[in-house]
Amino acid sequence: MWQGFPIRPDQASTIARGVDYLYYFLTAIDLFFTAVIFLTIFYFALRYRRRSEKEQPPQIEGNIPLELLWTAIPLGLVVIVFLWGTSLFIQNSRPPAAAAEIFVVGKQWMWKLQHPEGVAEINELHVPVNRPIKLTMTSEDVIHDFSVPAFRVKKDVVPGMYTTLWFEATKTGSFHLFCDQYCGTNHSLMRGEVIVMEPPEYEQWLSGGIRGESMAQAGAKLYDQLACITCHGTGKGPSLSGVYGKPVKLSDGSTVVVDDAYLRESVLYPSAKIVAGYPPLMPTFKGQVTEDQLLQLIAYIKSLSSEEGKARK
Amino acid sequence: MATAAVGPETRVDYLNVDYGIKSWLLTTDHKRIALLYLVSITLFFFVGGAAAALMRLNLIEPNGALVEPATYNKLFSTHGIIMVFFFMIPSIPAVLGNFLVPMMIGARDLAFPRLNLLSWYIFMAGGALCMYAVIGGGVDTGWTFYTPLSTTYLNTNVMSAALGVFVAGFSSILTGLNFVVTIHKMRAPGMTWFRMPLFLWAIYATSIIQILGTPVLAITLALVGLERLFHVGIFDPAVGGDPILFQHLFWFYSHPAVYIMILPSLGVISELVTCFAKKRIFGYSFVAFSSVAIAAISFLVWGHHMFVSGQSIYAGIIFSGLSFAVAIPSAIKVFNWTATLYKGSISYQAPMLYALGFIGLFTMGGLTGLFLATLAVDTHVHDTYFVVGHFHYIMVGGAVMGYLGGIHFWWPKITGRLYPDGWARLAAAIIFIGFNLTFFPQYMLGYLGMPRRYAIYPPEFQVLNVMSSAGASILGVGYLIPLVYMIWSIRYGPVAGPNPWGAKGLEWQTPSPPPTENFPETPVVTEEAYAYGAKEVAVG
Repeated sequence: MWQGFPIRPDQASTIARGVDYLYYFLTAIDLFFTAVIFLTIFYFALRYRRRSEKEQPPQIEGNIPLELLWTAIPLGLVVIVFLWGTSLFIQNSRPPAAAAEIFVVGKQWMWKLQHPEGVAEINELHVPVNRPIKLTMTSEDVIHDFSVPAFRVKKDVVPGMYTTLWFEATKTGSFHLFCDQYCGTNHSLMRGEVIVMEPPEYEQWLSGGIRGESMAQAGAKLYDQLACITCHGTGKGPSLSGVYGKPVKLSDGSTVVVDDAYLRESVLYPSAKIVAGYPPLMPTFKGQVTEDQLLQLIAYIKSLSSEEGKARK
Repeated sequence: MATAAVGPETRVDYLNVDYGIKSWLLTTDHKRIALLYLVSITLFFFVGGAAAALMRLNLIEPNGALVEPATYNKLFSTHGIIMVFFFMIPSIPAVLGNFLVPMMIGARDLAFPRLNLLSWYIFMAGGALCMYAVIGGGVDTGWTFYTPLSTTYLNTNVMSAALGVFVAGFSSILTGLNFVVTIHKMRAPGMTWFRMPLFLWAIYATSIIQILGTPVLAITLALVGLERLFHVGIFDPAVGGDPILFQHLFWFYSHPAVYIMILPSLGVISELVTCFAKKRIFGYSFVAFSSVAIAAISFLVWGHHMFVSGQSIYAGIIFSGLSFAVAIPSAIKVFNWTATLYKGSISYQAPMLYALGFIGLFTMGGLTGLFLATLAVDTHVHDTYFVVGHFHYIMVGGAVMGYLGGIHFWWPKITGRLYPDGWARLAAAIIFIGFNLTFFPQYMLGYLGMPRRYAIYPPEFQVLNVMSSAGASILGVGYLIPLVYMIWSIRYGPVAGPNPWGAKGLEWQTPSPPPTENFPETPVVTEEAYAYGAKEVAVG
C-alpha cells in the first residue's frame, strides 16, 4: 500500500518538468510565509503573554512604512509568479505545427478516441513517444474533462464546441486518464489509460488495428451519402477544395479562417456564417450526423487541401 | 470571573421577558432572531457534517467502503449545498451580525425588524425545500449545478434543490440590505465610520456583496429551471444554448460568495485579537479598507474557475492577474493582526486560540490560492483535491474557526453564562489538529492528480485518503464537544457579568444578557474602537 511516498506524479511529458519547477517555487514561497507568520505569532505569544491583569500595554497606532513594505513584498512576488505562470501557460497552450492529430469524443461515461488512420479506441489512447500529439475534443452530452496528471495537461470537453489540448510524451508506459469534470453517476468510472509506445511498436499497433477505412475515407463516403456534392461541387455552394486553414470572406464583410470549429458550425448551423457571394441555401444537418461523423467529414474536407485529397479528386 | 452585582433572575432581559413559543416565532427582536438562526444553522451544520462523515468513510476504500457512486454523488451534493447556502453564508452575518450590528453601533434594533423576521422565514422555507430534495430521493448536481448536466441529464430532485437555494438567496439579500441601512442610519451619536469596530466594516462589505451578487444567482437558477422544465435553449447546446454561459453567471455570484463566507470571519478576528492582546488594532484604516478592497476585487475574478473550461486564453490571463490582486489585501490583514500582538498583553482564553488558529489556517489557505491563480499550475490541479484542500482551508480553517471564535467570544453576552474555558481550549486544539490532518493530505492528493467528486479511485491514492478520513473523525469529535458544553453552560455555567473579557465596544457596556431595548439610554461614543489604552470606563 505504501510503495514510497511520492509528492508529484510521473514526469512523462515535455510540459511536466516546467510545471513542477513553478510548483516548487510556489511551495517555497508558501513555506516561507507560513514559517514567518507562525514563528512570529509563537514568539509574540510567549514574549508578550499576560503576566498580570493590571498590565497596560503601550498602544501603537500603526506604521505607514511597514504597511507599504508588507504591501510591496507580496505584490512583487505575485507579479513574478503571474508572469512566470502566464508565459508557461501560453507556451503550454500552443501546439507545435507538426503535431499529429487525434480526435476525442466524451460521453457518459466513456472516452472514444479516433486516430485519423481509422483506428478507434475506447478508454485507451495509444500514442508514440517523443512526438507532439494534438487532441481535438468534443462531448456528446454533458461537460467532461480530459486530464492526464503525468503529462500535467487538462481541458474541459464541452458539448457543442471543440476544445484542443496537446502533449508530447517523453516516457513509455501507461498513464492515468481521468474525467475531471463531474458528469453524473459514473463520473469516477470515466477513466482510462494513455499508453505511450516506441514509434515502431506504435506503427505496428496502428496497422494491426485498421480494419476499415481512414477517417478521411469514411468522411468521403458520408460526403456522397449526404449529397454534399450537389452544391459544393457545382458552384451553387462554395468549393471545399483547398480551403482548410485558409481565410474566407463572409457575406457580412468579415473574414474567418476555415478550421474545425468553423466547419462544424457550418454543417450544423449553416446560416451562421455565409461565405460572400453565395445565397444562404444550405439546410442544417443537425440531428443527421453524429459527433463522430462530423469529425470524419472534417477530416475529409481537410484532406482535400492535401496531396492525397487532390489526387483522389 | 466577575459576577454581576444583580442576579439575572431579578432583571428582565431579552431572554426571560417571555417564554411562550409565539414570543420566539413572532419576535422582531434582532437578538432573538439571531438565536433562531443559531439553532437553525447548527442543525444544518450537523446535517452537512453527517454527509461529509459518510463521504470520508466511503473513501477509506478505493472501491467505496460504504455506498454506490450514485449515493456518493448525492452525499457530496448535499454536503456542498447545505454547507454553502445554509450554513456558511448565513453563519456569521445572520447569527453574530444580527445580534451585534445594532449593539455595536448603540442602536435599539435593526432598521427593519419585521423584514428581519421575514428573512428568517424565507431562509427556513429555502432550507425546507432543500431538505425535501435531500430526504425525498436526493440530489446529485453538486453545489455548482453545472449545465447541461443539471438541466437535461439528471433525474433527481434538481428543481426543489435549486428552488430552495433560489428562495434562501432572498433572505441573504434582505439581511444584507437591513445591515447596510442600519449601519448608515442608526449609529449612536459620536459613532463615526472610523470609530466603528472592524467587525462592522467586514459585515458592511459582506452585505454589499450579498445585495449585488445574490440576484445574479437567482437569475441563473431561474434560467436553469426554465431550461429544465420548458426546454428553452439557454445552456444546453442540444437546444441551442451555451454551457459556458452558465459558468460565467454562476461564478459571477459564487466567487464573491466565497467572500460572503470569509469576510465576516476576518472582522471577528480583528475583535478577538485586540481584546485578548489588550491592544488597539495595528493599522486600523488598512484593515478596514482591505475588507472593502476584497469585496470590490471579488467581483472581477470569477473566470479563474474556468481556466480549463475552453474560455479564451486571454480571458484566462486577465482573470489570473486579478486573482493575484486579492492576495494583497488578504496579506495586509494577516500582517496587521500579527503586528497587533507586538508588545501586547496576551491571554489565551478559548476565543483567542480560535483566532490564532484562524490566522495560521487562513494564511495556509490563502497561500495555496496562489497556486490556483497561476495559470500553468492550475491547469494541472484544477478540479482535483488540491482545490478541495484549498477552499476548505479558507472555508473551514478560516470561516468556521472565525465563527466558532466569535460564538465563544460573545456567548457570555448572548446567554449571560460562561462555558468551561478548559474544555473550550481543548476543543479548539482538537479542531485545529483534526482539521490539518483532514485537509493537508488533500493538497498532496491533488498534486498527484486525484480528481474531486470521485466515489471510486485508483488504489495508489488510498494512504492519503485514509489519513484524511482519520483526521475527519478527530475533527468531528472537536465539533461535538462545544455543542455539549455550550448547551450545558446555558443552565449550569457561571454567571458572566457584563464584560468578562475586559473588552471594549458598546455591546460590553450593557448587561448580559442585554435587555430587549439593548441600552437603557442611547450611548454617546467619545472614543475610537479598541481604546485599550484609555482609562477603564465604568460598566453597568
